[in-house]
Amino acid sequence: MDANTPLYSFLLQLGDNALILGHRLGEWCGHAPEMELDIALTNIALDLTGQARALYQRATELNAQGKTEDDLAYLRDVPEFRNVLLVEQPNGDFAHSIARQFYFDAFNYFFHEELTRSSDAWLSGFAVKSLKEITYHLRFSSEWVLRLGDGTATSHEKMQTALDDLWYWTGEMTTPSDLERQMAADAIGPSLQQIKSRVNDRVNDVVSMATLQLPTGTWMQSGGKVGRHTEHLGFILAEMQFLQRAYPGNEW
Amino acid sequence: MKEQNLEAHFQAKIDAEIKIEPKDWMPDEYRKTLIRQISQHAHSEIVGMLPEGNWITRAPSLRRKLILLAKVQDEAGHGLYLYSAAETLGADRGDLVLQMLNGKAKYSSIFNYPTLNWADIGAIGWLVDGAAITNQVMLTRTSYGPYARAMVRICKEESFHQRQGYEIMLAMSRGSEEQKQMAQDSLNRWWWPSLMMFGPHDGESSHSEQAFKWKIKRKSNDELRQQFVDATIPQAGLLGLTVPDPALRWNAERGHYDFSPINWDEFWNVVKGNGPCNRERIAARQKACDDGAWVREAALAYAEKKEQKQIGARQTAAA
Ligand SMILES: [Fe+2]
Ligand SMILES: [Fe+2]
Repeated sequence: MDANTPLYSFLLQLGDNALILGHRLGEWCGHAPEMELDIALTNIALDLTGQARALYQRATELNAQGKTEDDLAYLRDVPEFRNVLLVEQPNGDFAHSIARQFYFDAFNYFFHEELTRSSDAWLSGFAVKSLKEITYHLRFSSEWVLRLGDGTATSHEKMQTALDDLWYWTGEMTTPSDLERQMAADAIGPSLQQIKSRVNDRVNDVVSMATLQLPTGTWMQSGGKVGRHTEHLGFILAEMQFLQRAYPGNEW
Repeated sequence: MKEQNLEAHFQAKIDAEIKIEPKDWMPDEYRKTLIRQISQHAHSEIVGMLPEGNWITRAPSLRRKLILLAKVQDEAGHGLYLYSAAETLGADRGDLVLQMLNGKAKYSSIFNYPTLNWADIGAIGWLVDGAAITNQVMLTRTSYGPYARAMVRICKEESFHQRQGYEIMLAMSRGSEEQKQMAQDSLNRWWWPSLMMFGPHDGESSHSEQAFKWKIKRKSNDELRQQFVDATIPQAGLLGLTVPDPALRWNAERGHYDFSPINWDEFWNVVKGNGPCNRERIAARQKACDDGAWVREAALAYAEKKEQKQIGARQTAAA
């Protein structure tokens, strides 16, 4: 089978989002504002990395070129990654990590809710399982937007800054690429236009409950879905792929 | 009851292997010793996350990354159980953490050594968690109930930690020439510090006699160290790695391995803050504490606001 069937590329794109965000959360481990948060952030990192692994495994089942899940994670370079730009943004302070997580979770939740209805049996099964995890992620990040937004004056300001800073990376998530249009047409993937309003409503609700303002800028960055990334991804991969690149073919 | 009677009653319970519980009377010194020991143990779990966390972003496969994330997360959980156990004795977690940051309280010196190659993640699981288990299995029978119960929970997870570490060592010692070298190099660096984890010789350990009488401890540092060496040497043999001790040999008469004297000079220097990473480890914890202060304040303020709102709502409903 051609390695670049749309379904194969779609699986990789979903896997890349999960892998890169999971990687960023892993950077927090041991450095979070409290021990309970170390545990919670690591939990989400575990879920996402586990999801990435499942998606890559499925992708390798679909293509007979003898690639492994680790080849997909560790031996592709920046332009071959298809994650949205939001997930590769640096952790920043805790508010930035929460804003990144919240924007992504809100999208990811409604995306997977629709994905449970995929005509592809494997994907719908995957979505059912992942949705349980993502429901928890969204609850966690929403609660922290509330706490920080409606906590102290300092936290309010930091949370607002973070929402503002990350805002223009969010549009890409709900703007369909050619691949996503085709997946929706084949009833394999969700229609992003359809979930867009649900995502926006949820984000609006939480942000206003948190006494914060949703940014109004309309200019959005994009490129991740076609492999045009920010500078950050190269550094993530340099670190993540170091051992596999330095000692090719070794078993670990 | 008079203090004397209380103390006799307390000792009688210990002698009868009845666990001491938080609300029971206990000598001040017993309480202090336990708070010191449990909190030191808790600090070790938390600081111990740093050298391993160091490799999460560089883990060489998705499977290894998941295992390492789960392992380091477990250590955070251990820290939490242990701080809770210390709190049952009237200590405050915030105060305890502060004592660690300002150097008044210690944590296991092993975490003041650096993780330099991926095999170090294997060596830590195999040797450091292995040494910890040796000590902690004994502590599952310690006289203070909450501490003993925390240890039972922790020991279950520790054996998974040791297995995953040994598995990394196995994969590397059977891997490429470079991987074998990494494995040997990491054993060379972690072996002696692991033996030091059991602490000074029994005669030189200031608290040991009383700790035995109160059954906080049931085996001496040297006994535990020997037990660890005896269990570990055959494992190193299976890996085909060389333990960095030319004097190491089986002593049939004793039924134990003999090994070289420990470099206590190095031990005490690392304890006193002169290890390769002491400053870095404390600085990292201090930074997490400082950078997180506004987050913890916000969570507190939010919880208070929420409570006020609920009280307000209840009053309105009642009116
Ligand atoms: Fe532990
Ligand atoms: Fe452990």
